[in-house]
Amino acid sequence: MFDIEVGSALVMGLILGGVILISAWLIWLERRLLGVWQDRLGPNRVGPLGLGQVIADMFKIFTKEDWVPPFADKLVFMVAPPIIMICILLSFAVIPIAPNVGIIDLNIGLLWILAMASLAAYSVMLGGLASNNKYALLGSLRAAAQMVSYEVFMGISLLGVVMLSGTFNLREIVESQRDGWYILPQFFAFIVFAIASVAESHRLPFDLPEAEQEIVAGFHTEYSGMKFGMFFVGEYIGVLLASALMTVLFFGGWLPPFGIGPEDSIVAGIFWMLLKTMVFVCFFVLMRAAIPRPRYDQLMSYGWLVLLPLSLINLLITGAVILFQGA
Amino acid sequence: MLKPVWEQVKVLWSQVRTLGMVLAHTFSKKDTVEYPDTEPYMFPRWRGRIILSRDPDGEERCVACNLCAVACPVDCIALQKTEDEEGRWYPEFFRINFSRCIMCGFCEEACPTHAIQLTPDFEMAEYERQDMVWEKEHLLINGTGKYQDYNYYRVAGKSIGGKDKGEAQNEQPPVDRRSLLP
Amino acid sequence: MADGMSEKVSITIDNQAIEVDPDKNLLEEVLSAGLDLPYFCWHPSMDSVGSCRQCAMTEYADEEDQHGRLIMACMSSPRDGARYSLQAAADFRAEIIEGMMISHPHDCAVCEEGGECHLQDMTVMSGHTYRRYDGTKVTHRNQNLGPFIGHEMNRCITCYRCVRFYRDYAGGTDLGAQASHHHVYFGRYDDGPLESEFSGNLAEVCPTGVFTDKVFSKHYSRKWDLQTSPSICAGCSIGCNINPGERYGTLRRVVNRYNDEVNGYFICDRGRFGTGYVNDDAVRIRQSMTRSSQDADPVLVSNADALQQLQDMSGAIGIGSPRASMEANFALREKVGKANFYAGLSQQEFAILQQILSIYQDTPAHIASLKDVEASDAVLILGEDLTNTAARMALAVRQSVRHRSFEKAAEQKIPLWHDAAVRKLAMDERSPLYILSPHATRLDDVSETTHICNAGQAARIAAAVASRFDKEVLAPEKLDKAEQALVKRITASFKGARQPLIIAGSNSMSLPLVQSAANLAQALYQKNELTQLALVGSEANGLGLMLLMEDSQQDLQQAFATGTQSAIVVENDLYRRAPTAEVDHFIAGLEQLAVIDNIKTRTGEQAHLVCASATFAESSGTFVNYEGRAQHYYATFKPVDSILPATRWLAPETSLATLTQACSQTLANCAGMADLTPGQDYHYAGLLVPRQQFRYSGRTAMRANKNVHEPKQEQDPDGIMSYSMEGVSPLKEARVFNTPWAPGWNSNQSVFKFQDEVGGHLKQSSIGVRLLDKRNSAEEGGYIALDSSEKNTAFPLYHLFGSEELSAQSQAIQARATSAYVAMNPADADRLGFNAGGGVTVQGNGVVPLLLRDSIATGSVGISVGLPGLNVHDVLPDVSLEPAPQWQAPPQWQPDNIIVSDRLHKLHEQEGD
Repeated sequence: MFDIEVGSALVMGLILGGVILISAWLIWLERRLLGVWQDRLGPNRVGPLGLGQVIADMFKIFTKEDWVPPFADKLVFMVAPPIIMICILLSFAVIPIAPNVGIIDLNIGLLWILAMASLAAYSVMLGGLASNNKYALLGSLRAAAQMVSYEVFMGISLLGVVMLSGTFNLREIVESQRDGWYILPQFFAFIVFAIASVAESHRLPFDLPEAEQEIVAGFHTEYSGMKFGMFFVGEYIGVLLASALMTVLFFGGWLPPFGIGPEDSIVAGIFWMLLKTMVFVCFFVLMRAAIPRPRYDQLMSYGWLVLLPLSLINLLITGAVILFQGA
Repeated sequence: MLKPVWEQVKVLWSQVRTLGMVLAHTFSKKDTVEYPDTEPYMFPRWRGRIILSRDPDGEERCVACNLCAVACPVDCIALQKTEDEEGRWYPEFFRINFSRCIMCGFCEEACPTHAIQLTPDFEMAEYERQDMVWEKEHLLINGTGKYQDYNYYRVAGKSIGGKDKGEAQNEQPPVDRRSLLP
Repeated sequence: MADGMSEKVSITIDNQAIEVDPDKNLLEEVLSAGLDLPYFCWHPSMDSVGSCRQCAMTEYADEEDQHGRLIMACMSSPRDGARYSLQAAADFRAEIIEGMMISHPHDCAVCEEGGECHLQDMTVMSGHTYRRYDGTKVTHRNQNLGPFIGHEMNRCITCYRCVRFYRDYAGGTDLGAQASHHHVYFGRYDDGPLESEFSGNLAEVCPTGVFTDKVFSKHYSRKWDLQTSPSICAGCSIGCNINPGERYGTLRRVVNRYNDEVNGYFICDRGRFGTGYVNDDAVRIRQSMTRSSQDADPVLVSNADALQQLQDMSGAIGIGSPRASMEANFALREKVGKANFYAGLSQQEFAILQQILSIYQDTPAHIASLKDVEASDAVLILGEDLTNTAARMALAVRQSVRHRSFEKAAEQKIPLWHDAAVRKLAMDERSPLYILSPHATRLDDVSETTHICNAGQAARIAAAVASRFDKEVLAPEKLDKAEQALVKRITASFKGARQPLIIAGSNSMSLPLVQSAANLAQALYQKNELTQLALVGSEANGLGLMLLMEDSQQDLQQAFATGTQSAIVVENDLYRRAPTAEVDHFIAGLEQLAVIDNIKTRTGEQAHLVCASATFAESSGTFVNYEGRAQHYYATFKPVDSILPATRWLAPETSLATLTQACSQTLANCAGMADLTPGQDYHYAGLLVPRQQFRYSGRTAMRANKNVHEPKQEQDPDGIMSYSMEGVSPLKEARVFNTPWAPGWNSNQSVFKFQDEVGGHLKQSSIGVRLLDKRNSAEEGGYIALDSSEKNTAFPLYHLFGSEELSAQSQAIQARATSAYVAMNPADADRLGFNAGGGVTVQGNGVVPLLLRDSIATGSVGISVGLPGLNVHDVLPDVSLEPAPQWQAPPQWQPDNIIVSDRLHKLHEQEGD
C-alpha cells in the first residue's frame, strides 16, 4: 500500500510538506523557548499551548498589504524572497531522513548542499539591493561578505567527514557511522561547522545582516506581507537544514544512540532523526537567548583568524591519521 | 604564542557558561501574570481611568479652574467654566480625550479641589476611537474618591449657596463697612 | 511727565552699576533696568503713593555702611553714586506680603484673575510660599456693581489703586474707601452700577481679583487659553489698541493693549464691553442669503453662489462705510470703479469730515495724539461731547488739567511722581479747560468754564478768540457781555499756555464749528508754534473713508440721486445715515441690492443678496483714526466657513496685503500704510507669530466631541500670524505685539518688559503710522470762511452706551443703554407748550419721551443719536415736534441719569445749596 522508498512521490510530498510545517511551527517553538529562558510564558493563548499562533500569524501575514516600494527595482525585489525558500528546500532533497526515506540519493549530496547554500546568499543580496534603501543595502553587503566568508570553512570542516567516510553521499555517510558517530573524531570540525551554519543562516548571534538595533531590519527592511514571510520562513527552514545536517554528518543521522531499539526501522529512524535535529534546533534558540551579537569586524576576524586555521588543522590531522591508519 | 589561544579559549568558555546559565532558567519560576484569567492587584494610587469626584456634601467638586487642562502635557482636557445663581463655579462641559491621555497624573497633582482623580481601572479599550472621548456625565462619580473629607468651598472665601461670607474655615463674620470702630 | 531730558546719574544696585534718571523714582528705574522688584500700589500712569510697602529695598549711606536702611523704592529719588540692594530687603518684602495675605481668601481656583494675577506673581516673587498665620480672616460682603464689574472684596490687599484710578485719574465719584484699619472697604455707598465710563479698567488696575470683568466671567477662560491678536477698537474714532481674546470659537473679552501714543494703559467701557455682538446669533449674519424680492423670505445660499451673484452685478454703484476697514472700502471702490463709489455718509457728515481732512492737510498746527492731549496745558473743547463720542480723549483731557499741579510741584521741588503730594498741593487748581457745549458734559467738574450755547454761538466765540490773536480774523458780532468776558479769559489762558489745544469734531454735526476751530488753531499758531488741533471724527474709519474719497464729492444723497438699478453696500445701515423716507425710496427703486455686513440691519432685511462678513475680531484690516493714524488690526479667530471678510467678498482673488499695498500706492497721503505690518511673508526663525500662548490648553480635546480625529491647523491666508502656539517668545520678537507675558510676570503688568523704559515707547511694536503728519510746515491754507447757512435749532445727543451701531447690539451695553428721547430747556418747553415729563411726537418717528434739563442751551432741542426709536437724520436740520400729552411713560423709562452729566450737575447743585 505504501510505496516507501527513496524518491517516491509520497515521500517527497511528505518531506517537503513536513519541512515547511515544522519550520512554521519552529517560530512558535522559538518564541516559547525564548519565553521560558526569559522567565516568561511566550505565546500561549491561541489554541492548545498556543500552537495556533502560527496559523493566526499566517493568516495575518497572508492578508497583509503586499506593498512594493515605488523606488525599488520591482522585478528583483519580487524575485529575491522565493530564491532563499527554493534553495534551502532543494537542499532538503539530499537529506536522508530514515532508511529508504528521502528524496534522492545523490552521490555529490554534500556538494549539492554547499552549492545551494551559496545560491541562497543571492536571495539576501538581491533583496537588499533591490530595496533601494540604505539600511537594506548595508544589510545585504554584510550578508554577502558574511555568507561567502563562512562558506569557506564550512566546506573545509566537512572535508574531514568526507575523508573518513570516503563519500559525498549523505546516506552513505550515515551508514558509515554505524561503528561510531563522527562527533568524536571530528569534534573540531563539528564546532566549526556549527558556528559556520549559524552564520550561514544569519541567526543570532551572527544576525548582522538584519541587526535591528543598527540597521532597522537590514536586507528585509522594505519587505512586508508574504514576501517578508518567505524570508522569515526561509530562515527557519535554514535552521532546520543546519540542524539536520549536523545530525546526519556528526550524530549518526537516523541511527539510534547506543544501539537502543531497532536499527533499520523506518519509524524509529524518523523518530531519532527528528529528536536529534530538534535538540540542535533548541540549541540554535538557546544561542539566540544567551549570546550577544559581535561587532562586524569581530565576526570577520573570528572567521578568518580562528575558524579557518582550526578547520585547516583539523583537515590536516584527519588526513594524516587516515594516511597512517591506511598505511 | 599560547597566550592568544588561551584568550580565545577563555572567551569561548565564557560563551558556553552563558549558555548554561540561560538554560538553567528553564526551571525558574515564570513572572508572567495570566491576565485576564488572573486579576492583578491594583494599588489605590495606580494611575488609571480619570474620574471627577463629589465633595462630602454630594456636590460637584470641580470648580472649572482649568489647572488640570493647563497641566496636561498632551492637552487632552477641555472644559468651560459656568456659575450657578449663587456664585458656585462648576464646569459647563468637561471633556477628556482618552485616546490622547497618557495617564501621567499631572491633572490630579494640579487639582486644587481633589476633584479630578486617577483610579486603578485601566480596562478602557474601545473599538471606536470616538468612544474614547468622555464628557462630564461619563466622568462624574457619586463619591469622594480617594480624599474623603475635603471640601474646597469650606476653605475658600467665596460665598456660595448654603455658605455665606464669614462661614468658611477660620473666618470672622463680615465687617460692617459703615463703622469706624476699632 | 518731566519736561525735557535731565542728566542721568549713576547708582549701584547689588553691585551692578546702572544709569538712572533722577527725576524718576527708584522703582521705575529698577524696573526699567530689567530687574524684578515686587510692587502693588505704584502704577506707571498713576505714580507713587507708597501705601503697600512692597517695593522695599536697602539704601547704604556710604561704602563703609554694612547695614543700610530700608527705603520704599517708589517713594525715593535715586541719589547720585549711591549704593542700593534688592537682595538685602528680600526678607522684609516676604514679611510684608505675608501680612497682606493674612486675610486673603485662598480662592484662586474660582477667581477670574487667577493666572494673570499681579498678587500671585508678586507672592511668588517675594518668596512667601507657606502660610504660617492660623488665626481668623477678615471677611466682607460684596456689592452688585452693575453689568460690567464683579466685586469680591475679600481678595483686597488695600493698595488703593482702585480709588486712585477711579476718583483721581478718571474723575469718578461713586467709588471710595470706607471703614478703617484692617477693615478698609472699597465700594459704592450702595449697590448699583459704577457710573464712570472707565470702570472696566478697574479689572486691569486692581492687582488682584477684587474687581473683575463680569461680562468675561459669564463665559470665562483663563488668560493662557485665550487666542489673542493685536487689534484696534472699532467703537469710535480714537482707535484704541486692544487685545481681544477668543476661546471655543467665541470672542470672550477685550483688554487694553499698550500704545503710548494712543490709549496708554486704559480704554473706555464701550470698547471693553461692547463686543458681545460678535457672538450673538440674534444679531449676526452667519450665512449668506438671497431674496427674490424685497419682501420675500430669505433663502440661504452657498459662498460660491453668493460670490457668483456679486460677480454678476455689473454696473452697480458701491456704498462704503466709516465702520468698514480701508481695505474693504478700497476693494469695493476697485470693484465698482471710482466714479461709482459713494461714501455711506449723509451730506452733512460728509461735508464735515471732508472739511476735517482738508483742515488736517492745510493747518500748520500739530494734530494732537492722545499723548499730546495729555501734555496740553490749555484746552478748548468746541461742541464735542467727548465723553460720549471719544471717551478715551475725555480721559486724556482730564489729565491735561493737572499741568498746573505739576508746575506748582516743580516750584516746591516736589518730585512729579509723588502723586499724593502733587495732588494735595494743587487742590482744586487746574490748568484751564474751556468747554463750549449745547449741554452739560462729564468734563464740567474739571473745566474752568463750561459755557452752554448752541454750535453757532460756540463758533462765534472761537472766532472772537481767534481775532484777538490775528487781526485777519474778523471779530464776530452778537456776543453778549458774559461771552465777551469768556473770550477774554480764554485768550488770556491761551496766551499763557505752553502747549494749547483746540478740540472739535464731526459729531457735533456743525460745519462752522469745525471751521472756526481750524481758524482758531491757525491764528494761535502765529503766536505759539506748539499749538495743537484735534478734530474727532465719526466711527472707527470715518477719516479713512474720506482719504478713499479723495477729491470726489459723492455722499449718500448723491447716490440716491443716481437712480441706479443695483447697488452694493458694504457694512453700512443706510437707515442710520439718511432720512428714512429717502432710503425707502432708494431701495424700492433698486432691482439688485447686495449688502455685505456682519450684523442684521434694516437695510440688510430688504437686500436681494446678503453676504455674511467678518467682524473686526474675525478679519484683518486697517483703520485710520481721528488724527490720521493708520493702524492695522489682526484677526483674532477664524469664523465659521460661511463667513468671509468683506475684502474676500469683494475681491476673492486678492490678498489683504495686496489691497493694503494698493491703498498705499493709489491714495494720496496713504503711502505710510505700506509699513503697518512686517509684510505678508514675514517669518521669525522660520515661524509665524503665534496667536496662542505657549500654555494654551485643550488642543486635543476641544474639538473631540465633534470628531476625535484632529483637523489640520487652521491657516491664515493673510500670513504674519498663525492660529497656533508655535512661534518665538514675544520677549525676543514683539514687532507684532500680542499679549504681553514675561517670566514671573503673568499679569498685564508685564508690559513694562516690552517698553524701552517704564511707561515709555514699546521697543519693537508698531504704534501705527500718522498719514497726515507734517508738523511745522509752511503756513499755507489761510482762514476758512465760516458756513453761515446752519440753523442750530437742533443738536445731537450721544451716549457712550447705545449711540454706536455695533456696540449697541451687545447685551452688556444694552443693560446700560436707554431708548431714544428728545431733550429741551424747561424755559423753551414752557414757551412752546410741552408738558414736563410728557412725550413728544417727532415727524416720521412716533412718540418719544421729552427730557427737560436746565443745562441745555435755550432755543435749541437735543435729539438722541443712534438710540432705538428715532432716526436723527429725519429730524435734522429742520426739527419739527408736537406735544403728545396722552403719552404714558413705560415703567422701564428712567429719566434720571439719562444725560450722563445729570448726576454731576445734581452734585454741584447740592454743593451749591
